[in-house]
Amino acid sequence: MAAPSKRSSRPTPVRKAWRSLSWLGVIIVGLFAINAAGVIWGDASWTPKLALDLEGGTEIVLAPQLEDGQTASQEQLDQAVSIIRQRVDASGVAEPEINTEGGNVVVRIPGELDDETRQRIQSSAKLELRPVLLASGVTSDAAISTEAPEEELSSTPTVQPTDGSDPNWVTPALQQQFDTFDCSTLADADANVAPAAEPLVTCDATGSIKYLLGPVEVSGENIVDATNGMVQTSTGGNTGQWSVNIVFDETGTKAFTQVSTRLFGLKDQAPRDQFAFVLDGAVLSAPSMNAVISDGRPQITGNFDQASSKALADQLKFGALPISFTVESSNTISPTLGSSQLQAGLIAGIIGLILVVIYTIFQYRALASVTIASLIIAGIITYLMLTILSWREGYRLSLAGIAGVIVAIGFTADSFIVYFERVRDELRDGRPLVGAVEAGWKRALRTVLASKGVNLLAAVVLFILAVGSVKGFAYTLGLTTIIDVVIVILFTHPMLQLLAQTRFFSSGHSWSGLDPNALGAVYRGRAEFRKPTAVPAKKAAGSAKEAQKRQTIAERKAAAVGAGTDEGKES
Amino acid sequence: MASRLTTFGNDLYTGKRSFNFVGGRRKWYAIAIALIVVVIAIPLVRGVNFSIEFRGGSQFQIANVADAQTEPAIDAVHSVVSDTEVKVAIVGESGVRVQTDQLEPAQSLEVSKALAEAYDVPVSEVTSTFIGPSWGADVTRQAIVGLIAFVLLSALVMALYFRTWKMSLAAIIALIGDLIVTLGIYVSVGFEISPAAMIGVLTILSYSLYDTVVVFDKIRENTAADGEESRRTFAESVNLAVNQTLVRSINTSVVAALPVAAILFIGAGALGADTLRDISLALLIGILVGTWSTVFIAAPLYSQLREREPKIRRHGDKVLKERARAAGSTAPAPEVAAV
Repeated sequence: MAAPSKRSSRPTPVRKAWRSLSWLGVIIVGLFAINAAGVIWGDASWTPKLALDLEGGTEIVLAPQLEDGQTASQEQLDQAVSIIRQRVDASGVAEPEINTEGGNVVVRIPGELDDETRQRIQSSAKLELRPVLLASGVTSDAAISTEAPEEELSSTPTVQPTDGSDPNWVTPALQQQFDTFDCSTLADADANVAPAAEPLVTCDATGSIKYLLGPVEVSGENIVDATNGMVQTSTGGNTGQWSVNIVFDETGTKAFTQVSTRLFGLKDQAPRDQFAFVLDGAVLSAPSMNAVISDGRPQITGNFDQASSKALADQLKFGALPISFTVESSNTISPTLGSSQLQAGLIAGIIGLILVVIYTIFQYRALASVTIASLIIAGIITYLMLTILSWREGYRLSLAGIAGVIVAIGFTADSFIVYFERVRDELRDGRPLVGAVEAGWKRALRTVLASKGVNLLAAVVLFILAVGSVKGFAYTLGLTTIIDVVIVILFTHPMLQLLAQTRFFSSGHSWSGLDPNALGAVYRGRAEFRKPTAVPAKKAAGSAKEAQKRQTIAERKAAAVGAGTDEGKES
Repeated sequence: MASRLTTFGNDLYTGKRSFNFVGGRRKWYAIAIALIVVVIAIPLVRGVNFSIEFRGGSQFQIANVADAQTEPAIDAVHSVVSDTEVKVAIVGESGVRVQTDQLEPAQSLEVSKALAEAYDVPVSEVTSTFIGPSWGADVTRQAIVGLIAFVLLSALVMALYFRTWKMSLAAIIALIGDLIVTLGIYVSVGFEISPAAMIGVLTILSYSLYDTVVVFDKIRENTAADGEESRRTFAESVNLAVNQTLVRSINTSVVAALPVAAILFIGAGALGADTLRDISLALLIGILVGTWSTVFIAAPLYSQLREREPKIRRHGDKVLKERARAAGSTAPAPEVAAV
């Protein structure tokens, strides 16, 4: 098989090559079109969205607070996510990202976060319904006894309380805590928390009334719905009064029936007929019980207007996180830092690319142009994929993701190296270039697919099991692995097939990187190689221990052909 | 006009020049074990530094500071929280990093404001991180689960692909060695173990196996092609395959290491690019170790696992006998100068 000259009927490798390249063109144009359509008709852009560590913003990780050995169910977490989302949306923040990751709730807010929104997110917001034991209006000059008590006050009830409204809850120690409690300390952490089964000293949200409350009787998660509306008269007319209407679920209905029966019985013993809705330890509202409510649909009336009734209804409905959360980590990144990290990542990537290019030119001469072109095409496809994914899937490029892309440069270049080395091996066995490219490709493709499979497996496993930044890294690693295989099949190999037809390469120019002479193949004058012999070169190749009595491949070939004149002795 | 590495590659391909990777395996194992002992011993003696993510605590970074000094930071933190330990470091040209014990979220905000004032920058230039003590434990647990799942799955996939569990076993043993050595060297260098370092180490999983699969594929090809008729023993076939892919191994590790090295040097100088720095150091070590272990550990180990099989032993004996006969014969094959 001599080097093919230009013929009118194109040999099949060339036709195949053009077909592959056309497919690649279709893919690139397709991706470009999808993104363009997104920009024109959707909310896509020509750049991938950035994660917080590159853009600047705040990330808050909320961990559920649970007793030892308990875990939060996915349902509870999802509920918490939707409630927090409603809170954030209410404060008008753009593009918040709120989701669950590894048993925690993660909130990501780009840009600056004002303190009020931060509070809103971080408030663990557990709604509890407790009966009122004591209440007092707080005056600004509240006489707080600063004298230390004479003796240690008992903190265990002398008589075991029988129900939530039993005054026996109020031990001398609790009474003292109530007397000295300062409503302005309400915002301090731990100032107003108590276990569900214990009484609680707290104030209302405005700090004007102090309460001593009994144990939790109904939990906020038993509230199915809370709405506000006008109170209707029996004839259907409007009273002009606003009310908040609550709907309990089955558990809540049962519990509330009991409580309302008891509290209605205490009608003449105010404030013990009151029932407090406690959100985050502060009392939202403490209406008194005007009837026994057994249908689970209490109505709170008072001096509401539309806004205040709506606010209370929303708090009752959305404030009820199923579990309490603590802030496990909070991370605020300034936009300046973000852009400097992005810059560092990009510069590192470009320098890395340049180094790779220099090395491949040194190693593969003209073949390096194929490598460089392949890397450029891979870069274009990766970029388009990232922008499309960030538009459709909410993907965000993080620093870890950039690292993933940079690492992928090495992996991608390796598939070319494996391929080129295989082609060279075939040339060493004395095949002409066109045949060497086809045979080398068959073997290289197998290796490339097997090794990329391992890479993809790693990416998928990491993506499924990991959290946070590891996920972003795994995502880009997996994506670039797939793109890499596509490039090698649809670009690198077809390019080599076409180049094999050119004089420069097929004549084995010393700068082509595929010079059979340099590769130790047998050479018989200009651009003419020996036909591959039937003897597989493998059988002929020797090993270290046989070095003394083994021939080089070239010699064996020469012997096989029997042309005694040009025994290619290697020097 | 062949480059030196090309000529080197030719000689390796034909066997004119050959490194005895398989034969010298005792030596390589000894080196590997010594290395593992050393990299485990150093951290045990010197202790391991965990990043703030694993210790829990608060960290503030101030960017674009006109005059980067440490004192204002200490004063600013103490003005808010009087009794906390403060560590301050100057990063790059105009960055200050402050680490404290764990502060309450409210205190964090106060400290951010105090620091912004102390260095005369807007509050938006202050980056604050507050990390609870359980965060690191959570991430570590996830990473370990991922690691175990990956090792089991890839062992299965490789066993199916190569149709022999021995290749799988050899690859996994080399992989575990890679992980220990990479992590050990990383810690010995004195870098903090951070989530970014963990990403780097997990990537090494994929790189190490990737590299091993490429070389094993060639081994599989050679040993299958040789079959019964071969004039080489099994160990020699394996060794030749490793030698024939050696140029590719060198090229690949250089090409993979170059961009990573670029990140390492750029990331070291930039403020807050610790993520890049930690990932790239772990990767750089891992790429070099991973390439080394494929050639010096995985391949010899595979050969060792297979050599005892009766069929392969019989073939090996036959080859050696024939060779001895040929050496005694009067018609020597053409000589090739041994290098």
